[in-house]
Amino acid sequence: MTTFDTIHSEIAARGRTGSSRRERLARLARHLPPSLALSWLILATVLLWAIAPALFTSYNPVEGIGGAQLRRPDALHLLGTDALGRDLYARIVYGAVHSLSGALVAVGLGIIVGTTLGVIAGSVSRRLDDVIMRIVDVLLAIPPLLLSLSIIILLGFGTVNAAIAVGVTSVAGFARLARSEVVRVRRSDYVEAAFGSGATFWAVLWRHTLPNSLTSVIAIAALHFGSAVLQISTLGFLGYGAPPPTPEWGLLIAEGRNYISTAWWLTTAPGVVVVLVVLAANRISQSFGKVTS
Amino acid sequence: MTSSTDPGIPVLEVSDLAISYHHGDRYHPAVHGASFRVEPGEVVALVGESGSGKTTAAQAIIGLLATNGRVDRGAIKLNGTDISRWSDKQFKTIRGARISLVPQDPGSSLNPVKTIGAQVGEILRIHGEARGRDLERRVVALLECVGLSEPELRARQYPHELSGGMRQRVLIAIAIALKPELIIADEPTSALDVTVQKRILDLIDELRTEYGTAVLLVTHDLGVAAERADRLIVLQGGRVQEEGRVSEVLASPRSPYTRQLIADAPSLSRPAARRRAAVRVSALGPTSDDVVIVEQLVQEFPRPGRDEGPLRAVDNVSFRVPRGTTHAIVGESGSGKTTTVRTIVGFQKPTSGRIQIDGTDLSTLGGETLRQFRRKIQLVYQNPYASLDPRQTIFEIIEEPLLNFSPVPRSERRDKVMSILSRVGLQETAAARRPHTLSGGQRQRVAIARALILEPQVVVLDEAVSALDVTVQARILDLLYELQQDLGLTYLFVSHDLAVVRRIADTVSVLRGGRLVDEGPVARVFEQPASDYTRELIKAIPGRRHPAFA
Repeated sequence: MTTFDTIHSEIAARGRTGSSRRERLARLARHLPPSLALSWLILATVLLWAIAPALFTSYNPVEGIGGAQLRRPDALHLLGTDALGRDLYARIVYGAVHSLSGALVAVGLGIIVGTTLGVIAGSVSRRLDDVIMRIVDVLLAIPPLLLSLSIIILLGFGTVNAAIAVGVTSVAGFARLARSEVVRVRRSDYVEAAFGSGATFWAVLWRHTLPNSLTSVIAIAALHFGSAVLQISTLGFLGYGAPPPTPEWGLLIAEGRNYISTAWWLTTAPGVVVVLVVLAANRISQSFGKVTS
Repeated sequence: MTSSTDPGIPVLEVSDLAISYHHGDRYHPAVHGASFRVEPGEVVALVGESGSGKTTAAQAIIGLLATNGRVDRGAIKLNGTDISRWSDKQFKTIRGARISLVPQDPGSSLNPVKTIGAQVGEILRIHGEARGRDLERRVVALLECVGLSEPELRARQYPHELSGGMRQRVLIAIAIALKPELIIADEPTSALDVTVQKRILDLIDELRTEYGTAVLLVTHDLGVAAERADRLIVLQGGRVQEEGRVSEVLASPRSPYTRQLIADAPSLSRPAARRRAAVRVSALGPTSDDVVIVEQLVQEFPRPGRDEGPLRAVDNVSFRVPRGTTHAIVGESGSGKTTTVRTIVGFQKPTSGRIQIDGTDLSTLGGETLRQFRRKIQLVYQNPYASLDPRQTIFEIIEEPLLNFSPVPRSERRDKVMSILSRVGLQETAAARRPHTLSGGQRQRVAIARALILEPQVVVLDEAVSALDVTVQARILDLLYELQQDLGLTYLFVSHDLAVVRRIADTVSVLRGGRLVDEGPVARVFEQPASDYTRELIKAIPGRRHPAFA
């Protein structure tokens, strides 16, 4: 066998896997369930709102129009206006970036800190494992809202601080999941076989444990994304998040509450958006679970 | 049930049956026009390897095809009535009552949260046969009938309290509860030890003579089929290759595939590879170069939460293996054979005793020295599905051991992997694939390649061929033999299958309950077994009773 043969056969093999991947994508698109397609569509729209809000509305989200207070939804103002004459649709579109970035920071924090703790706990000695997991148990024992409120009071108000507060509440969940996955993978024959062929602890962690245990962590991250949007909105609603006039979704709901008898759309519309995003994230995370299992 | 005694009509008549599975966008045929029949009171064996369509055909007969399966054409006649197009509701009326199934895996076929009695009673209740006191009485009678001791106690126990053999008896009790005309036994003993297997097959035989039930025995083991069946149907790739009386098929097989199967079945063929070994062992004599030395090995495990002493899994086991030979460790589950080899490869410290591999005493090793020692001895696992990382490519799997020791240049690594890949009989294109695209036999070749790439002195094969079909098993054994000839390897071969051991090993140690009960060259142990236990094991090898091969 010459080197040329080897390279040639490798290229051939690569070419084949490439085409099969394209075929797989095409088949996936054809068999995509409608609810999943809708979920992706909702998330994509909200993402576009966050990236380029000016494409979706020409109104200013923070400055009201004189004489146009508390208008009902009509052709001019799709979702009506609030007490200061600001277009509600524009405020929701511009608010996407606050909610999404907050949720991303929260989930990112949860994933990084939680998974690191879980992987350490799952792969080290019994005693350190116990110490870490008991701390995680304590975290789980505190109601999430109470925990995030305490953290915000320590750190101060603001969008980023609210996101950190929400992220800390998901650390425990990620840590537990990551640990259980690592423990499962560590017991498998292929990990033992790797040790048996002389691999060091770090080599096994990098080559086998991490790639095989992180799939479900990623699936759960999508689920947490939805609940993070909800939690950040809750904090905004309670006044612990971004200060007014930021068009953060939770804050929008809180502001609209004062007019709920006369202008119901002010609370309902942002509420519906939050619910849709959360449901979409749930549905997508579910589909991840199916693919991996 | 009236027509079952009519001599003219077979219990089961399958004609031109074709079944396909929906996968992706198309239907993939699994059975192509198979025809066979089962007469009343007859045992017919459906023999074939995985993928031959034997299980698919059996599932279609009892109406339990997977949801993506479909009967394309043909008829399945039960006592003259075509049931191939029946609905699930119609099948419910005959399942258990007129046809019943003994499933393959007794571990997962019973409901873990219900008592044995409730599960046996369920079938009587569903078909409205009995209730209340009468039900309890009949359940106990059934359990007694299948040879379970203390049937009243067993009825109150849960599946996890019973051994594998006992669970299989419970499943048989469920299958015979309503005295069906046909029992489909789908690999009923492949998950069991040989001695247990023999008792279960004896039980099925007895029940058949007692009730006159016909049995369709689905198996990959020609030895079992030869010993227990009246007629054989050999399936390959969804087609019937051969059909006939067992003695005729075995004595003069017409299809080349059947001939192949007979040649590959370890229990039916004569031990051929053994000749060279006997010569070599005697030539080397007692002063020979022993690469594995195990002396008075004891391995204990603490039993937390109990007052008893520690569990002694291996009790005073000693043996020596000369370089370049194969030593087999034989025993049933729980005999301590796997514990022994795990200690030998250094996965756990022995409680006491001495192990020396190629001049290195294991007790002196630890940390880095232990890691370096792993070059000398490699383990191949039983289950090729679990021992390969599903996310790595075959190339990465085989290359990995090289990365663990002194750096080898990339091009040299590639050459080494490719040459070992072709050495174990795999195509070079396999290197870019992932384990799930390979068959069980191919995966086991990959596992062997991974074990060989470090050029070890000793390869430990822990039930390495037990999970494979006979033909694949024969190919892997051939490969192991070739590699031993070319590379001078020493094998430590752990197995519960005496027929395979007889085929490959030079010397053998028989373990029972952690103790050594018999040892010596294979020929002597087989011809003059020193213990009753060894004799029992040898007697339990299926196929030995058959006149053509006794």
